[in-house]
Amino acid sequence: MTKGYIHSLESFGSVDGPGVRYLIFTTGCAMRCQFCHNPDTWNMNSGTLYTADELIDKAWKYRTYWGSKGGITVSGGEPLLQIDFLLELFQKAKERGINTTLDTCGNPFTREEPFFSKFQELMKVTDLVMLDIKHIDDEQHKILTGQTNKNILDMAEYLSETGKPVWIRHVLVPERSDKDEYLHRLHDFIETLDNVEKVEVLPYHTLGVYKWKELGIPYQLEGIDPPSQERVENANRILETAKYHA
Amino acid sequence: MAHFEQWAGFKGKEWVNSVDVRSFIQENYTPYEGDESFLEGPTEATDILWGKLQELQKEERAKGGVLDMETEVVSGLTAYGPGYISEETKDLEKVVGLQTDKPLKRAFMPYGGIKMAEQACTTYGYQPSEKLHEIFTKYHKTHNQGVFDIYTPEMKKARHNKIITGLPDTYGRGRIVGDYRRVALYGIDFLIERKQYDFERYARHGMKGTDFRLREELADQIKALKEMKEMAAAYGYDISQPAKDAHEAAQWLYFGYLAAIKTQNGAAMSVGRISTFLDIYIERDLKAGKITEKEAQELIDHMVMKFRMVKFARIPSYNELFSGDPTWATLEVGGLGQDGRSMVTKNDYRFLHTLKNMGPSPEPNLTVLYSSRLPENFKKFAALISVETSSIQYENDDVMRPVWGDDYSICCCVSATETGKEMQFFGARANLAKCLLYAINGGIDEKNKIQVAPAYRPITSEYLDFDEVMEKYDAMMEWLSKLYVDTLNMIHYMHDKYYYEAAQMALIDTDVKRSFATGIAGFSHVVDSLCAIKYAKVKAIRDEDGITTDFEIEGDFPRYGNDDDRADDMAVWLLKTFMHKLNKCHTYRNSVPTTSILTITSNVVYGKATGSLPDGRKAGEPLSPGANPSYGAEKNGLLASLNSVAKLPYELALDGISNTQTISPSALGHTDDERKENLARVMDGYFDQGAHHLNVNVFGTDKLIDAMEHPEKPEYANFTIRVSGYAVKFIDLTREQQLDVIARTCHDHM
Repeated sequence: MTKGYIHSLESFGSVDGPGVRYLIFTTGCAMRCQFCHNPDTWNMNSGTLYTADELIDKAWKYRTYWGSKGGITVSGGEPLLQIDFLLELFQKAKERGINTTLDTCGNPFTREEPFFSKFQELMKVTDLVMLDIKHIDDEQHKILTGQTNKNILDMAEYLSETGKPVWIRHVLVPERSDKDEYLHRLHDFIETLDNVEKVEVLPYHTLGVYKWKELGIPYQLEGIDPPSQERVENANRILETAKYHA
Repeated sequence: MAHFEQWAGFKGKEWVNSVDVRSFIQENYTPYEGDESFLEGPTEATDILWGKLQELQKEERAKGGVLDMETEVVSGLTAYGPGYISEETKDLEKVVGLQTDKPLKRAFMPYGGIKMAEQACTTYGYQPSEKLHEIFTKYHKTHNQGVFDIYTPEMKKARHNKIITGLPDTYGRGRIVGDYRRVALYGIDFLIERKQYDFERYARHGMKGTDFRLREELADQIKALKEMKEMAAAYGYDISQPAKDAHEAAQWLYFGYLAAIKTQNGAAMSVGRISTFLDIYIERDLKAGKITEKEAQELIDHMVMKFRMVKFARIPSYNELFSGDPTWATLEVGGLGQDGRSMVTKNDYRFLHTLKNMGPSPEPNLTVLYSSRLPENFKKFAALISVETSSIQYENDDVMRPVWGDDYSICCCVSATETGKEMQFFGARANLAKCLLYAINGGIDEKNKIQVAPAYRPITSEYLDFDEVMEKYDAMMEWLSKLYVDTLNMIHYMHDKYYYEAAQMALIDTDVKRSFATGIAGFSHVVDSLCAIKYAKVKAIRDEDGITTDFEIEGDFPRYGNDDDRADDMAVWLLKTFMHKLNKCHTYRNSVPTTSILTITSNVVYGKATGSLPDGRKAGEPLSPGANPSYGAEKNGLLASLNSVAKLPYELALDGISNTQTISPSALGHTDDERKENLARVMDGYFDQGAHHLNVNVFGTDKLIDAMEHPEKPEYANFTIRVSGYAVKFIDLTREQQLDVIARTCHDHM
């Protein structure tokens, strides 16, 4: 039985997938997003170890709240870094008929083995993927996150090829991603996908800044305010978020 | 068999032969499964009247909370002639009737206690009448005097040290819901006839004191019914006959309620379950083309406006307990029938819609009787109203219906009674947290340092031993439960004798059932304290007299509010143990003992009077309200907290288990559509587990802080929030209470 490193659990999530959801935050992430509001989840092999059964039992106590749409969402950190554990967790969830959502930034994705076969298995027991595209431009993506976006876009394409329902999420950061040119390019990319149920613009916020300070990591977006309501509307317009109905 | 032309078109037999409003409703109501699109906005008349009333409310606030007060006239059914919101607009009022001669003017009600009635006057700068003082001190005894004549020294001491407090020994006990619908359905004459029949029926040979008491009560009830007719006649209405249409039905029903609030100043003066009943009349008129939807909404708006105007003269110590001038004009919508049909009608929408037509308001205390089987449209509509106004509460119809049937009313904040068939003896609450300290200190009060409870042996060890604490706590709870019930028995005996609710009881069956409602304060703190003693190490800190006044906790322990069975089982144990002790006591008039976990805003006052506790709560800090987990205890989010509360079995606390939660709008969803659906799912999940009650607030802490700092902003004039068991305008709370509300967990997840 594999164990997973868990950062925290939350009994009530309502903006992390469809309906009311139990949230499991894993630890470990290779991306170093400048706007990350959970930098305390970056470290691999930290947090609390849980078996899949333990987590399913915990989540199961909240099934009466889920209705026909809700279920569990695994977020992080980057859950795909613990794909063996994640696979077991979602398989066990499916045995009980629980709706599963994976919230990922796609960074660990590759069509290489041994990851790819595992990922294919995982997708059999995943109802929805919430995929964060942090930046459409590879160079800018590297600046913003420290990593390339090539495999992330490839993952989006793979999910489209296989018809897996996807919500695309995009954090709108002033002076980084909030430029019309980038938004148009992102829109054009999303247009090539056939499986997108929803596109969400998430305005950058500063609620997690205190965590950077606590961890003693220099915060690189110091001085950047959350985007204005107008810019958020602008991004929604360009990305045509209104045309999707999840 | 009665027959009235006003009943044309109504179906059914049982309600015709005897007073049976429930059967009338079941035979005649029209369930509504649609959405809110049929609703109408306010009429011009509504805007004018509500505008005037808001001006008056503003004036009232500017004058320190009281607009006007009576000092010369003792309140009664016929003490005043007609009164209106204003003379110029009186023809616009679709539902008429004021408690006094002027809007928001507070009546003089001395029967509960002359001292309090007078203190209420002087507090707000009014000079009480010398003549009335003489009458009610020299010639006529009051309820308050009666009680203090017979209290034992021990009772006075327990009351003074606030281990039992909030007792209805200085004002009306309230919590009696007359079946005001009877006035509309049957007219007063028929009701008098039935009561006269009972008067004869209860005559028997070899009568004894209790028989005399009943005959006297019936005589008083009949007199009250006759006076109700006079009261209505002053407004130009003859209510001796049944109401012939929706307008009359609303007006007749309101006159019944007006009779109650002219004669009693109970803390809770509920309206009851009137929505589906009135819908039958509105539907009949709509079908006959006699009224339009616009007029139907206007009628409900105007009726609700009257419920928003109910006022009583209170004293400062009362206001500390029940902050923000509440009256608990509680009114229910929703619920299912015993046959499984939804009892939601268009009128349930209309009542909730008043919060949009006239803005948010704490009164009437709108209560949705919730079931996951209610129509989805209605659940979402109610949830949307919560998201927009934070003004309504939810109670689980699925746990109450099996106990109280499908025609119960909520008689206070959360307590159910069968409408027209039952009354309640309201009993405030016992402070179980203080009781735990008494157990540790051998009955010596930790604040006042005097012997209040029997001098059982105190705990003397440095570290508290769980088994020893439990044994002593059990003994102390046994003492407290007996003393508490004995005290309440005296109060209710005297209330019946000197402040009998003739008008309300006239609208209730003569062979009434009685429940004896006790209550618990400090619930979560006792649970967490016992867990701390059991699972961590708790060291007693004693003062120079050897009295434990503080505690040091070493190590971690499970806390109630995290869906952790170790703590939650302790919570169930506590409730069960106290309830079983109450069950062992004789209760006045063979009433059935119940208990509640409900504190209103008295959690702040109780906290002030309670020393430091073994769970880490410091002396003087507010207790957690109702059945809510303690401040900062909830570490696993909203649903974990709800699950903990849902584990408390309703059958052990039939008087209600109050839970108040505040959710940030952003934590409920990105759009109102998402928010209303997610909130409906939260309630489905909570109530399907057998939980009893939920107050839902939807706003962020930032809004509260801004409202506290800038109460003058127009958007905060009617900013309503739910607190334990009722709703209140946030700016009407004391700063202390505002800070307390802000300190409670706001479920806000990033």
